[in-house]
Amino acid sequence: MEIIMIILASILFATAVYNLLQKQFLRIIIGTALLSHGAHLFILTMGKLKRGAPPVLDEGVANYADPLPQALILTSIVISFGVTSLLLVLAYRAYKLNKTDNMEELRGAENE
Amino acid sequence: MNNLAILPIILPLLASVIVAFIPKKLNIVRKLSQIFTVVFLIIVGYIFWKVFANGPITLQGGGWDAPFGITFIADYLSILLVLTTYIIATAAVFYAPYSLSDKQEMFYFYTFFFLLISGISGAFLTGDLFNLFVFFEVLLMASYGLIVLGNGKVQLRESLKYVLINVFSSMLFVTTVAFIYSLVGTLNMAHIAERVEAVPAEQQGILTAVGILLFFVFAVKAAIFPLYYWLPNSYVVPNPVVSALFGALLTKVGIYSIFRVYTLIFVQDTGITHQLFIWLAMLTMIFGVIGALSTNNVKLIITYNIIPAIGFILMGIGLYSEEGLAGSTYYLIHDMIIKAALFLLIGALVVAAGTKDLSKMSGVIQRFPLLGWLFFIGSLVLAGIPPFSGFIGKLLLLQGSLGQGEVLLTIIALLSSLLILLSMMRIFVRGFWGEKMEGMTTNPRKVHALTIPAVFLIALSIFLGVCAEYVLPYVETISNYLLDRTEYISSVLKG
Repeated sequence: MEIIMIILASILFATAVYNLLQKQFLRIIIGTALLSHGAHLFILTMGKLKRGAPPVLDEGVANYADPLPQALILTSIVISFGVTSLLLVLAYRAYKLNKTDNMEELRGAENE
Repeated sequence: MNNLAILPIILPLLASVIVAFIPKKLNIVRKLSQIFTVVFLIIVGYIFWKVFANGPITLQGGGWDAPFGITFIADYLSILLVLTTYIIATAAVFYAPYSLSDKQEMFYFYTFFFLLISGISGAFLTGDLFNLFVFFEVLLMASYGLIVLGNGKVQLRESLKYVLINVFSSMLFVTTVAFIYSLVGTLNMAHIAERVEAVPAEQQGILTAVGILLFFVFAVKAAIFPLYYWLPNSYVVPNPVVSALFGALLTKVGIYSIFRVYTLIFVQDTGITHQLFIWLAMLTMIFGVIGALSTNNVKLIITYNIIPAIGFILMGIGLYSEEGLAGSTYYLIHDMIIKAALFLLIGALVVAAGTKDLSKMSGVIQRFPLLGWLFFIGSLVLAGIPPFSGFIGKLLLLQGSLGQGEVLLTIIALLSSLLILLSMMRIFVRGFWGEKMEGMTTNPRKVHALTIPAVFLIALSIFLGVCAEYVLPYVETISNYLLDRTEYISSVLKG
């Protein structure tokens, strides 16, 4: 199970990097979103996937799921959600002012 | 009294909320922010005194003992950096009203400013690796707000790149945290440090690989060669006061994290990791200083000068000796203060001359002698001319590197100091000396108001250098403390 999850995470990473290297704003932003999904899946896998009882410590509970990765992912999802929405607004404003959504044309001149 | 450890994070957070309610009433917001910052500085000064008198203050979040709760620890290094942060914030808050337009200030400048201070203090004080990531995001969010302040065409363009590079490195950070969690099963830094010793010998290689991956995350934030390419353009576009905050504080958070992680956690294979730091430190110095010599934009020259300074600090961490770490700590504090001062002075110079282009500038000193001489002293401090503070830091670092037989490193460090001086003297000779130029500002009072906060920082910088004998014991305490990991571990995990 862990192996399949890791392969899935690596596919997400690969597509994310491919999208990040594109020139259009929107593709790049989709790339960052995919990257965060890959990272979150990765955290979940790293905490070892287990079938068993919820992490409530009680007598006789031996095989419980690790709660920490889930807490980490929740925090990280909220952060990446906020950053993605900020990026979308920023990209929209940059597009309106610079009249282009092509990164290649946004290199800038010397000594501004 | 343990709650003192979290005050530098909570107080600016509260202040940011308070000033967010009245963004349009500029007179009140300005006065309020200035009072807040000065009061916070006094409180942080008290905590600083307390830590150096009684040892590190540890706060376990929610009363859960480490490693279950989130730990905040105000130890010698972190509280010193928090104090320096507040000193720079104080200078910046008095500079801001004259530097920013009213419209920019109304766009929640002070809210973002306090959030930035809160995030930076949090990153310095936290004792948990994932929490460090969270505070990185807090300070980055605030910095995104500050970098687009003013909404200019160029600013939006550069901030987009800045946000993207930071999002990418943050996600790498999360991935690395996952690796570490799978290896040692904990995220509390003291607990990780304790458990890495128990990692079996065949897994040591993985640990080193994860260590280097984490280094690259911090290297992006700290702008170390080959990952500094994003820095010059994004630091040069915002307002001078924002550039001063970024240049003095943001990259230093990255280098602080390297400090913390590579003196506490990844010290089992220094032959690979710390040797890598020495090589990268050399390259960082060379490329940074070449950048500083390559341009005529005065602000870009100062921005490029951030990079060799990071190289100097990294050099001491790479040496991993008492002298090296003492030198790095001293240089870190010195560089934070002088970079802030120089950015503020350059802001004043650009207002005075009405241009950023060095080739169009001349003779500014004839009309603004105070600005000119302050800039001259600032250049000497930055280049490390005795008796100023840069000299003491460099002396310690060079002693350390020669002591370990790193001759090439010593030569490159000396050479790059010389080139730093050259790049700064170009501004002084071409911009300040010479024929009095046409088209200087018609508003000299604004320039004077912009110069005053820098006087405060330059005076502090001179104090650090001239009165080094009072400062050095603190720095030596810190370097001994960093080399001996047991005090950090026991002060977190004592329960």
